[in-house]
Amino acid sequence: MQRYSGFGLVKHALSHHENWQRQWRNPTPKKEYDVIIVGGGGHGLATAYYLAKEHGITNVAVIEKGWLGGGNTARNTTIVRSNYLWDEAAALYEHSMKLWEGLSQDLNYNVMFSQRGVLNLGHTLQDMRDIQRRVNANRLNGIDSQVLDAKGVQELVPIMDCSKGARYPVMGASWQPRAGVARHDAVAWGFARGADARGVDILQQTEVTGFKILDGRIVGVHTNRGDIGAKTVGCVAAGNSGVLAKMAGFNLPLESHPLQALVSEPLKPILDTVVMSNHVHGYISQSDKGDLVIGAGIDGYLGYGQRGSYSTVEHTLQAIVEMFPIFSRVRMNRQWGGIVDTCPDACPILSATPVKGLFFNCGWGTGGFKATPGSGHVFAASLAKGEMHPIAAPFSIDRFHTGALVDEHGAAGVAH
Amino acid sequence: MSQVNRLSQGGRIDRSRQLHFTFNGKPYVGYAGDTLASALLANGIDIVNRSFKYSRPRGIVAAGAEEPNAIVQLGSSEATQVPNVRATQQALYEGLTARSTNGWPNVQRDLMGMVGKLSGTFMPPGFYYKTFMAPASLWMTYEKYIRKSAGLGRSPTEPDPDSYDHINQHCDVLVIGAGPAGLAAAVTAARNGARVILCDEQEEMGGSLLDSRELIDDSPAVQWVDRVIDELAAMDNVTLLPRTTANGYHDHNFVTLHERCTEHLADSAPASGSRRQARSRMHRVRASQVVLATGAHERPLVYANNDVPGNLLAGAVSTYIRRYGVAPGQKLVLSATNDHAYRAALDWREAGREVVAIVDARANPQGDLVAKARTLGIPIITESAVIEAKGAERVSGARVAKIDATRFTVAGEVEELACDTIASSGGYSPVIHLSSHTGTRPTWRDDILGFVPGEVKGLTSVGGARGVYPLDDVIRDGIDGGRQATQAAGLDANAVTGLVPQVSAREDGAACALYQVPHLKPSMRAPKQFVDLQNDVTAAGIELATREGFESIEHVKRYTAMGFGTDQGKLGNINGMAIAARCLHRSIPEVGTTVFRPNYTPVTFGAIVGRHCRDLFDPERYTALHQWHVEQGAEFEDVGQWKRPWYFPRTVNGKKETLHEAVARECLAVRERVGILDASTLGKIDIQGADAREFLGRVYTNKWAKLAPGRVRYGLMCKDDGMLMDDGTTSCLGENHFLMTTTTGGAAGVMEWLELWHQTEWPELDVYFTSVTDHWATMTVTGPDARKLLAELTDIDLDKEQFKFMDWREGTVAGVPARVFRISFTGELAYEINVQANYAMHVWTALFKHGEKYDLTPYGTETMHVLRAEKGLIIVGQDTDGSVTPEDLGMQWAIGYDKPYSWIGKRALSRSDTRRTDRKQFVGLKPKDPKVVLEEGAQIVFDPNQSIPMSMVGHVTSSYYSPTLGHGFALAVVKGGHERMGETVYLPMVDGKVHEAEIVSPVFLDPKGERQNV
Repeated sequence: MQRYSGFGLVKHALSHHENWQRQWRNPTPKKEYDVIIVGGGGHGLATAYYLAKEHGITNVAVIEKGWLGGGNTARNTTIVRSNYLWDEAAALYEHSMKLWEGLSQDLNYNVMFSQRGVLNLGHTLQDMRDIQRRVNANRLNGIDSQVLDAKGVQELVPIMDCSKGARYPVMGASWQPRAGVARHDAVAWGFARGADARGVDILQQTEVTGFKILDGRIVGVHTNRGDIGAKTVGCVAAGNSGVLAKMAGFNLPLESHPLQALVSEPLKPILDTVVMSNHVHGYISQSDKGDLVIGAGIDGYLGYGQRGSYSTVEHTLQAIVEMFPIFSRVRMNRQWGGIVDTCPDACPILSATPVKGLFFNCGWGTGGFKATPGSGHVFAASLAKGEMHPIAAPFSIDRFHTGALVDEHGAAGVAH
Repeated sequence: MSQVNRLSQGGRIDRSRQLHFTFNGKPYVGYAGDTLASALLANGIDIVNRSFKYSRPRGIVAAGAEEPNAIVQLGSSEATQVPNVRATQQALYEGLTARSTNGWPNVQRDLMGMVGKLSGTFMPPGFYYKTFMAPASLWMTYEKYIRKSAGLGRSPTEPDPDSYDHINQHCDVLVIGAGPAGLAAAVTAARNGARVILCDEQEEMGGSLLDSRELIDDSPAVQWVDRVIDELAAMDNVTLLPRTTANGYHDHNFVTLHERCTEHLADSAPASGSRRQARSRMHRVRASQVVLATGAHERPLVYANNDVPGNLLAGAVSTYIRRYGVAPGQKLVLSATNDHAYRAALDWREAGREVVAIVDARANPQGDLVAKARTLGIPIITESAVIEAKGAERVSGARVAKIDATRFTVAGEVEELACDTIASSGGYSPVIHLSSHTGTRPTWRDDILGFVPGEVKGLTSVGGARGVYPLDDVIRDGIDGGRQATQAAGLDANAVTGLVPQVSAREDGAACALYQVPHLKPSMRAPKQFVDLQNDVTAAGIELATREGFESIEHVKRYTAMGFGTDQGKLGNINGMAIAARCLHRSIPEVGTTVFRPNYTPVTFGAIVGRHCRDLFDPERYTALHQWHVEQGAEFEDVGQWKRPWYFPRTVNGKKETLHEAVARECLAVRERVGILDASTLGKIDIQGADAREFLGRVYTNKWAKLAPGRVRYGLMCKDDGMLMDDGTTSCLGENHFLMTTTTGGAAGVMEWLELWHQTEWPELDVYFTSVTDHWATMTVTGPDARKLLAELTDIDLDKEQFKFMDWREGTVAGVPARVFRISFTGELAYEINVQANYAMHVWTALFKHGEKYDLTPYGTETMHVLRAEKGLIIVGQDTDGSVTPEDLGMQWAIGYDKPYSWIGKRALSRSDTRRTDRKQFVGLKPKDPKVVLEEGAQIVFDPNQSIPMSMVGHVTSSYYSPTLGHGFALAVVKGGHERMGETVYLPMVDGKVHEAEIVSPVFLDPKGERQNV
């Protein structure tokens, strides 16, 4: 792998940038792999990367029906935080957070992980009770998290309306300084490049059309480019997970919803932190390019179209302008949608399945981006060992039978 | 300063109306009818901005929505700043104030430009992914400077003084674009009786005809435009919307039209009479049929230094001359691939300026316009192109050479022509953005060298939008499309005859494909050849991206940022895709397009928000007694949308009580005498029908079969996962008639829940739900003196044997018909008086009049919380969080395990996890230190000496100081808590203190319930 550095950039400039290598190959599928990952988004590519890097399993293919990193990795609002309420979720997201810190160096690819902090605002007495509870839990779980009062919030975000005149005045917030945002596409590309360099075949424009199952055990996949054998298959296909599960002969408790986001035109720096409000219902940050990156909740109906309804955009911007009246004259450049696979308890599924050797990693709902490295890391360990990693274990499909849900709804509402 | 580039005549401007404006602090003059861009060009302003990445000087390129460079900051005051206005779309008005968005210290002499020149070569696409990684600790510092140099305009820092409107519209045919095709379609549909909306983004309707050379019915085309618009304007079934952009096309022909009502007048909406106008209005249109008549955008040619000011689109040159009377230079070189572009040279010549040469990429151009140019003696250099522009801050020459487009090489000697303006045209791209919003992929057509809209249900494309370019064809296509849409909308479309106007047919020669002009040097070494001017994306950048393995066009877009600008690649995308295709040895349709998304052009947040901000963001709900609470100086709490009195602070000795002082006083008043609560916000659902009782049995965990009229029962409602979702009392009003109460915040959710189950699962049940929350006001009179007080005002027999706890009675209170419920959320004797809401104030004041002698005390939600907590009564959402079962709460008494029909949540309660004995269970906590009031949300551990991460076993859900008990107390959930009574738990706090508490029963007061039963 060609190493990247400032020095390298200067060197390549002298040769007019004509000698840069491909960041990943465009290989022909082999007949068989040790592991096939279905889905070349951030989580799938991270899984392949850690399989190769941490477990020495390099005979791996990532099969992607479109272009790599083209699903929710390419469409999210890039918020990274780990201040989750429940121990199981906190462990997973904090594991991920620790990997984010140092990911650029590990991948030798600048994913621009920017720890500018995330505020989760409280607007009611109950919001503040929930914030106290979550911050106390975070603290005892070793996660940096603080309770701020309205004055503290105003100091961090002077441009926000923290006055009593707001419809739901800001009463305080939880504040995680280590949280932040990252450059979403670069995450997929960095993992792809790292995986490819270690021998992983990334097969783009390759669609899995079925599973080959013999005596209850996975032996490969059917694709539009022919059959490919595998001892182990991990499906990491977000909004299309339900479709894949059906191909494998079982159901998952998932609903696929449109989730929309939008950006303003690029502006000079005006907002330094990520601000999220469940109650007023919107969240916002400013990208390095200067766009205000804005989102809110899912569209209520189910769908596989990567777009949603206009009323959701209206409600989202109403919330943003309520929090930031000065943004009323800022202009919205673009909106788009992704398909999120949501679980009843707003937590993911990382699980073995009724088919031996077939594993699923899905159900991340609206908040999967932040988990990308952690999810890939524990899923890779699970695929390598054939049993779920301890951090992944609580997220088994079994929980929907036993009732051992990890219900983040109460604490997270807008779970990004 | 004089308008150096203003022609002495011509254009559609009003020379009698001078308008003064400033740009970068300097005063200028233009005319009514100018855009900011035409006025800047008229005044000889070459550099309007600095580019985003390399800080190169940039001038105006286009005349419409596709302009990438002329992005300015508008606004004469802080509150009325508008960032990123496209000067080509901004009408000039008196006093307009604009600034460049980049450039320091100014746009002429820009220091970053020096940096861009020096370091541009180190900044290929994606350079930031390859550096700034060491040392890791410095990234946030690097990023600070990256952020500073990014961005275009700036946000205002004061709130917007303007307001914005929404309007919902329906029509048979929505025509988007009022050029020749759109006008023809609209008038055809309108004459056939269709309800038509015709919108156009420009200041005036007419589209390409406003600067056309062509004749319609033997007179200038604009006269036809005027005739058609006059006809449409006179028709009742037509709505004309100029200055209105169709910015988003959503499913089922839902289109948002953004009408800019006042942006052409001032930077803040002026008053109309005594009222301020809305700055803009969003029309939310549901159209039976949509006609897309959006025309085409011209593609510039991609050659070296094609970004130096003085490089313009050929069509823009014509527009500025013919529409605005501005010739943006003296000496023109035109580089073209098609006949239509020749207009620019003809217009330039007719404006009295010199055309140095037309450089045509074709071997043998033939056509009427070519012939005309030849007749005028304009030199035409064939099989050639401008390969490089010379000049730094303004074009000073054009390097022209023979090219071989197929081999992508320069095929002859380079000649340098002195000129100050280079116009280029590489062909035309239909404006397909709106059709793409629906998710439909466009189709490539080799014959027109462009993408046309894919098939969308309910959409007809006409004219340039689908690659029909000759004017006579365009008008016919518009008429056909209008007729088709009318018929598709279910109307007869045969009424129109004799409409087709006469247009002299023009012979155009075939165009040739040229997306990047070859240079003597390979792309990577040639001077920069810009594809996307706004984001500084070059042909070399696209080539590098493909070399690095970015093969999908979406990857190319994301790696290079091509098309990510505020112009969404209107100018550069097709060229960029074609360059990528060439590098990848694929065809353009194989590479495909990226997906266009709303908005077509950017839209002010305010316009999307409309009136749903400030006071109307979310309605505040008040009870019928709200005014009384306000007058009493109550502090309010937001509960759902309601404003509820939180507490009623009194002023004692000139000092206002704190929350705790007020609550202590209010609590004692209830426990010792009598208090009153406005409980009107509790959700109330009237349930009727033969199966009402059966239905209750299925949605509540407990039994309802035997509840007699006149009786009340407390019920628990679970989700299907067995977790508590709401609680409340339900009263039997008659055999088939019940009144359900819900929590204040849960009312709407419960109503939806009941309807969901009735409509989807049990439609066979005969039951109806009506929300009556607002119909009734509820006043809770509670305390030892409650009966005495109420007795003074009611005809209901309050005898404790006649009117027992959990009974309800009908009668009058203070002369008003009332339902009185003997239920208690305080543990004291209590009556909940329900009266019709509009009588509430009368009853309330009567109660106070009679209550004076009992020291009747109003109390708020905080006191209510303390009183109920002393009794161990839960608040759903505070003591529960969606992970608590009725059993966890110790409320097995409210579960009808043996009900004949199953109920929601029953199955879930038998799952292995819900059967665990170490679930978190609801208990009381008594702090060891009586002065301590535990923090709500404090986490509980069994072992305070463990290291982090600690094993947490529960948390405090409610915690108060009890003036009755004289110590702090709390409610909590603790693992296996029901079996741990008397054990000690620990609460490690953020300040390092560890509190100790004893697990006790959650009922702290009157465990036998004697006080409420008196």
